Amino acid sequence: MAAINRDDVAHLAQLAHIEMTDDELDRMAGELAVIVDSVKSISEVAGNDVPATSHPIPLSNVLREDVVGHVLTADQALSGAPDAQNGRFRVPAILEED
Amino acid sequence: MTELIKHSAAALAAKLAAREVSAVELTQAHLDRIAAVDGGERGIHAFLHVNTAEALAVAADVDERRARGEELHELAGVPIAVKDLIVTVGQPTTAGSKILEGWHSPYDATVVKKLRAARMPILGKTNLDEFAMGSSTEHSAYGPTRNPWDLDRIPGGSGGGSAAAVASFEAPLALGTDTGGSIRQPGAVTGTVGVKPTYGGVSRYGAIAMASSLDQIGPVSRTVLDSALLHEVIGGHDPFDSTSLTDPATGLVAAARLGNVKGMKIGVVKELGGEGYQAGVEARFADSLEMLRSAGAEIVEVSCPNFDYALGAYYLIMPSEASSNLAKFDGVRYGLRVLPEDGPMTIERVMGSTRAAGFGDEVKRRIILGTYALSAGYYDAYYGSAQKVRTLIQRDFDAAFAQVDVLISPTAPTTAFKLGEKLDDPLAMYLNDVATIPANMAGVPGLSLPSGLADEDGLPAGIQLLAPVRQDARLYRVGAVLETMLEQSWGGPILAKAPALAELAKTTEAK
Repeated sequence: MAAINRDDVAHLAQLAHIEMTDDELDRMAGELAVIVDSVKSISEVAGNDVPATSHPIPLSNVLREDVVGHVLTADQALSGAPDAQNGRFRVPAILEED
Repeated sequence: MTELIKHSAAALAAKLAAREVSAVELTQAHLDRIAAVDGGERGIHAFLHVNTAEALAVAADVDERRARGEELHELAGVPIAVKDLIVTVGQPTTAGSKILEGWHSPYDATVVKKLRAARMPILGKTNLDEFAMGSSTEHSAYGPTRNPWDLDRIPGGSGGGSAAAVASFEAPLALGTDTGGSIRQPGAVTGTVGVKPTYGGVSRYGAIAMASSLDQIGPVSRTVLDSALLHEVIGGHDPFDSTSLTDPATGLVAAARLGNVKGMKIGVVKELGGEGYQAGVEARFADSLEMLRSAGAEIVEVSCPNFDYALGAYYLIMPSEASSNLAKFDGVRYGLRVLPEDGPMTIERVMGSTRAAGFGDEVKRRIILGTYALSAGYYDAYYGSAQKVRTLIQRDFDAAFAQVDVLISPTAPTTAFKLGEKLDDPLAMYLNDVATIPANMAGVPGLSLPSGLADEDGLPAGIQLLAPVRQDARLYRVGAVLETMLEQSWGGPILAKAPALAELAKTTEAK
C-alpha cells in the first residue's frame, strides 16, 4: 500500500476544505505517514469470507409515524448562523467570477 | 470544604428526601466548591461554563415542590455536570472547539431533557478534547483540565472535565460520551466510576457526533450505584435517535444493590495485559481478581485474538466517520466564519479559512486521515477492511461470552501521565485507549471503577468490566461487589486518599 506524502495531504486538505500553510503540510505529512503505517496491517487481517460490520447492533426499517414532529422555527435554525438575511442563511459568492 | 459534597449521589438523594438539606443548599455548596477550586492558574478547570442562576432556580423549584408534598424523582435536586459535547438550551455548547465558541443550541439533547424532567440542577458544561478527540483534554481549545490527584497530570480524555469535576467534589454526577474510552479512561486515571452503556441504550440525540457508529452517552460518578441511578434516568428508547434500542433502562439500580457474584464466571482477556501495561496497574488488577475469587466468582482466562487489531481498525473507522460528521462545520450554519485574507471571496474559500482557523491540530489530523481512508482507491483497503475487523472483534466477544458472564481487564495501560508528555506523539496518545476500544467496536457495555493506587506513583488505576450487548446490569452487579470489597481494604473511598486541593478565597466569583 502506498505511503502518504505531502502532495497527498495537500490534495486531501483541499477535499476536506481546510486551508493549510506549508509548515502545516510538512508536519501533517510526517505525522500521518506514521499513523497510516501503523494501521496498514489491518487490510491483511480479514479474508474475503468475512462480512463487513457497519453498525454494532443491526436494526432495520426504523420508521416513525408520518406526522410533523420536532421541528425548529426558521429563527431558531438561523440563531447560530454567522450571517442571515430575510429568514435565510447568507453566504458569500457561490461561484468564482471569470 | 463542607463535608456535604463528599457524599455519594444516593446519600445526597436520601438527605434531600429526609429534608436534612435543601436542594438550594446542596447546589450552592457545589457552586461554592467550583468557585474555590476550578479557576485560577492552578485550578482544576473542569468547567467551561458555570450555570449558576438556572441551577439555583431548578433547586429552589425542587424545594418548593417537596414542601408541597409533591412526588419527586429520587434524584430531584441532586446536581449534575454535563460534558460540553452535549447540547443544552440556555448555556453555550462549544465541543471544546473554537469553531463553536459562544454557540447556543436551539434545542436540548434528549438526555438533557431527561435530567430536566427529573429536576436535576445542571451545574454547567465540562471541558473535553476538541470534539471529543483525545485522551487527555489537552486538545481542548480552551486549555487542559488538571487531574485532582496531581495538578501537573492529565485527567484523561476526552471527558477529563466530567471525571475531574466528580473527583474533585465539584459535582456528585456528570454526563460523559464514550467513542473509544472517553468515559472509562478518565474514570480510571481520576479514581472515579464511568460507564459506557450498550450502543443505543442511551439516546445520542443532541450529542455532537464524532463517529456515529461508536459514540455513546453514559454516566460519570464516584460510586457504582450512583452510575446505575443516573443510567436509569438517561436510558431508554428515543424516537429522535434511529439507532436507539427499544429496551427500557431498568434493573440497573437493583443489580447494583444485589451485590453477589457467587457462581459467576469472569473472563480475564489475555490480550488486554502484559507488554505496555504499567506494573502497578497490573498489580492492582491482580488484587481485584483475587477479591472476586474470594467472593465466589470463578476466574478463567479467555483469548480474544482479534483485539490486537482493534486499535488499528478504530483509527480507520473513527476518523472516516468523523471527517464526514464534521463536514457540517462550514462557516454557514453555525459558529465561526473566517474570511480569507486575499483572493476571491467564494464560499469554498471561506469554508477553507473557517475550518483552518476553527479546528485544532488533532481534529485536522483525523479529518485528513478519514478523508484519505474514504477516498477512491483506498476505501476497500482501509475502511472496508476495518469494518471486517469489526466483525472479527464481535465474533471474539461472542465466543468469550459463550464461556463467561463478564470480561475483565485493566481500563487503561497506565496511570495519569504528565501534561504535555504525549502531546507531540499522536500514536503514543492513541495507545491509552487500547483496552477500551474493543467495546465500542462491538457495541458492548463497559464499566470502569478504581482498582487502587499504583505502587510506583501513588496514582489511581482502573479496572474494566465488559458484558454482552443489552446486559449492562451485569456490570453493576459485579462492579458493586468489587467496589465494596476494595473500599473495605482501603478503609473508605479511594478519593479519601487524594491530596486536599488548595481553595481560593470564598469571595472569588464563579466564571
